[in-house]
Amino acid sequence: MNQFKGQALSWELKNGVIELVLHREPCNEIGSSALAELEKFASALKDLENKAHALILHSTLKSGFCAGADLRELYRGVQGMEKQTAARGVREFLERIHKVMNAIDSSPLTTIAAVNGVTFGGGLELALVCDLIIADKMARFCFPELRLGLVPGFGGIPRLKRDLGNAVVRDLLLTGRSFNATKAQQIGLVSQVVAEGETLRAARATAAQLGKFDRRTSAAAKQFIKPIPYEELQREIDIFCDLFTQPAVEAGLKKFVESKDAQPYLP
Amino acid sequence: MPDSKQTLEEILDLAAAQFKVPREKLTPDDDFFKTLGIDSLQALDLLTRLEHHFNVELPDYELQGVSDFRTLAGRIQARL
Repeated sequence: MNQFKGQALSWELKNGVIELVLHREPCNEIGSSALAELEKFASALKDLENKAHALILHSTLKSGFCAGADLRELYRGVQGMEKQTAARGVREFLERIHKVMNAIDSSPLTTIAAVNGVTFGGGLELALVCDLIIADKMARFCFPELRLGLVPGFGGIPRLKRDLGNAVVRDLLLTGRSFNATKAQQIGLVSQVVAEGETLRAARATAAQLGKFDRRTSAAAKQFIKPIPYEELQREIDIFCDLFTQPAVEAGLKKFVESKDAQPYLP
Repeated sequence: MPDSKQTLEEILDLAAAQFKVPREKLTPDDDFFKTLGIDSLQALDLLTRLEHHFNVELPDYELQGVSDFRTLAGRIQARL
């Protein structure tokens, strides 16, 4: 399927480049419908890989690339549910999203996340599966999960550990603070910082450059330099599910969902 | 390095320009959420612009509970 238009995302293959576009208001939160469409994309990816050399992920929303998991849907979904049953449902969701993330992470294509605005939690984890991150100057990154009594659950810690020094990972994870694109570039998370509104142009220019190289060579280089930390990813799911049954999570989710602020991204 | 008064003035100028509020309507002790009519997402945008403008890093937990321009200027001044 060379193109698709869904509720949460769309994709199109053009000139050897797949563009996966996120476009669900308010900020591309990943809930059950977005997951289903991401799975559709992951299924189509095998075929698309034969026709493309690069994949660009980006958002059309000014608010940002992705604010992470749909916490409101999660909170509503587990209301009145026995904790172990809720944890099983969460595990199933995580197993499914990890399959999608792993499919993109291990793709032989060179993958580029072109991010703007809020790139938080699961949104940052989605960017982290890509080989390159190109950030709008106004992009902002954060792993806020500890504020909810959780750890990142979409593969964030193992992938951050793969890419950055442990001290930096501890800072971002344990403080839950947000940081801007300049800082993200300083710590090695982001490869290019561009002016506001310029990420897609820069990503397309980069993808065009990648198209000059032999695809098999690019894929071999990627496979050599970018191992997938499968065991740690599985361990992360286990830790997340263990924590999910703790009272702090229910309290954290309640506080988030009941906030009167339209988009309570600050603590 | 700007002094605290200059820092405050620059914050007010930047906020007025970004959120299209007449500069003369902003005063140092205003609650910027109310005066600018912004939500926390827009507050993040303002934070990012201020970090770029002053070339500082402002951990958002240092701004927890800060809602007036004067206190915000103090937090930024402490990082210059």
